[in-house]
Amino acid sequence: MKSKTKSRAARNKAWELLAAGLIRAVSYSIVVVIGYIVLDIVVKGLPAVNWDFISTFPRKSGSEGGILPAIVGTAYLVAGAIVVAMPLGMASAVYLSEYASQGRFTRIIRLAIITLAGVPSIVFGLFGLGLFVIFFGFGASILSGSLTLAFMILPTIIVSSEEALRAVPQSLREGSLALGATRWQTIYRNVLPYALPGMFTGSILGVGRAAGETAPILFTVAAFYLPRLPSSVFDQVMALPYHLYVLATQLPEAEKVLPLQYGTALVLLLLVLIFNLAAIVLRNHFRKKVQW
Amino acid sequence: MKTQTKIKVESLDFYYGQTQALFNVSMEIAEKQVTALIGPSGCGKSTFLRMFNRMNDIIDGTWHTGRVLIENMDIYNNGIDVVALRKKVGMVFQKSNPFPKSIYDNVVYGPKIHGVRGKAELDEIVERSLRDAALWEEVKDRLDLNAMQLSGGQQQRLCIARALAVEPDILLMDEPASALDPKSTARVENLIGELRRNYTIVIVTHNMQQAARVSDFTGFFYEGRLVEFDATEVIFTKPKNRQTEDYITGRFG
Ligand SMILES: Nc1ncnc2c1ncn2[C@@H]1O[C@H](COP(=O)(O)OP(=O)(O)OP(=O)(O)O)[C@@H](O)[C@H]1O
Ligand SMILES: [Mg+2]
Repeated sequence: MKSKTKSRAARNKAWELLAAGLIRAVSYSIVVVIGYIVLDIVVKGLPAVNWDFISTFPRKSGSEGGILPAIVGTAYLVAGAIVVAMPLGMASAVYLSEYASQGRFTRIIRLAIITLAGVPSIVFGLFGLGLFVIFFGFGASILSGSLTLAFMILPTIIVSSEEALRAVPQSLREGSLALGATRWQTIYRNVLPYALPGMFTGSILGVGRAAGETAPILFTVAAFYLPRLPSSVFDQVMALPYHLYVLATQLPEAEKVLPLQYGTALVLLLLVLIFNLAAIVLRNHFRKKVQW
Repeated sequence: MKTQTKIKVESLDFYYGQTQALFNVSMEIAEKQVTALIGPSGCGKSTFLRMFNRMNDIIDGTWHTGRVLIENMDIYNNGIDVVALRKKVGMVFQKSNPFPKSIYDNVVYGPKIHGVRGKAELDEIVERSLRDAALWEEVKDRLDLNAMQLSGGQQQRLCIARALAVEPDILLMDEPASALDPKSTARVENLIGELRRNYTIVIVTHNMQQAARVSDFTGFFYEGRLVEFDATEVIFTKPKNRQTEDYITGRFG
């Protein structure tokens, strides 16, 4: 009897060790793979990246010169997408989790949002082409591209914003309402301040995706080679992911421009990093104001 | 009873979707008296209490028949201003729920929402409410401390202060002392004794002695029905109903 429980305890311990070891191995290998990719890009890209590279215009269809217009283009597109998608997404999340009654209607909306999150980005590209470029007549432009990206990241923002709102205890809402606050006062004073950090965190994910996607901007904004800066939202621009694609596949001297490819990839990586860092700093700022 | 009726409930049936939680409850609650609601867990005390400030409205799928009148006004009439109602009918919750803000901001939350702006006026409200809730002496030097850092008993008294700050007429208290140690419980009970001079108080409690100590009237609920309702001394000395007697003597529940 006693030895039996002992052997069971030993077996449990062995499983415990095995499971922990496996999980650790998996997470380490993920870190290793990501580390390798980043390191590869940094090592091969760094030689190509210098002030000239990021501050001058490309020459000879991009096989020489810098990538300034692509950086500026991507920055505009991402900024445009955030400006459109964050307010929309946060407002939708507030409506869905704070106002709408939780019936069949909201279930269908949620299902639609989740489905939307899984739609391949090329489909968003075609949707943007049909709606913004052709139907609304915005043409291939920053406006069309930003709106397309905005729609692509909208579901991510809505879902994570809803999560952040749900994390705010119901008792805070009840306490506020019971003091005679209206619903909006309750949301504005006693829910949003505590949900915003989480909402920003969620939006970070969307931002990173918007900066890196090629398909949604392919038909809606991205220019193959456009060595000047845009002057209005109705202009086409170059964009980093698409420029990378062009360098890698569309130029006859692909071998020769390899350093440029890595340089562009590195800049794209850094840009995403900067966006994320800015968002994290913002989030921490809010979090400091809200101490649980 | 020479006292005036403040709240009148007429044959109230209440439903969470399909499940009925209250069955044909009628009750008259007296002004400036303490009315205790007792009964086993799940018998509908909180549900009943939450009818008086329409907190059940915020739960999807709830509905009721019957009427709830406060000062002869049907509070479920279409024309009723729920915000004004909730300003008038304050509530202290079963689980204390201070906001993760400073003590000061907790207390002024209600008054600010109702338009009080002046710093001097707000300061005065904070001091008065905290004094009334017997918390002032403990926190007067650290009003900007986050309320989450107070002890459980202090948090509950802060919630009481927060409710008092909007100067309600009626105070609903859902087991205000259930999570407190004997000392804090005694303080809250003393507090209720003080407050009854100015407020109509309805208190839910699981503690028989507490009901006997603090209340003037007691209602015994069982499985969604109001089994017996009378002056507290009658309920605790010669209840008319067998179930009531069994419950208060601890033979069940
Ligand atoms: N939000 C809800 N949705 C569905 N049913 C509910 C809800 N809240 C309460 N109920 C049900 O209504 C009945 C009465 O609940 P209520 O909370 O009023 O009881 P209570 O007397 O306050 O109990 P306790 O003493 O444990 O707090 C219970 O059967 C409970 O399961
Ligand atoms: Mg209860």
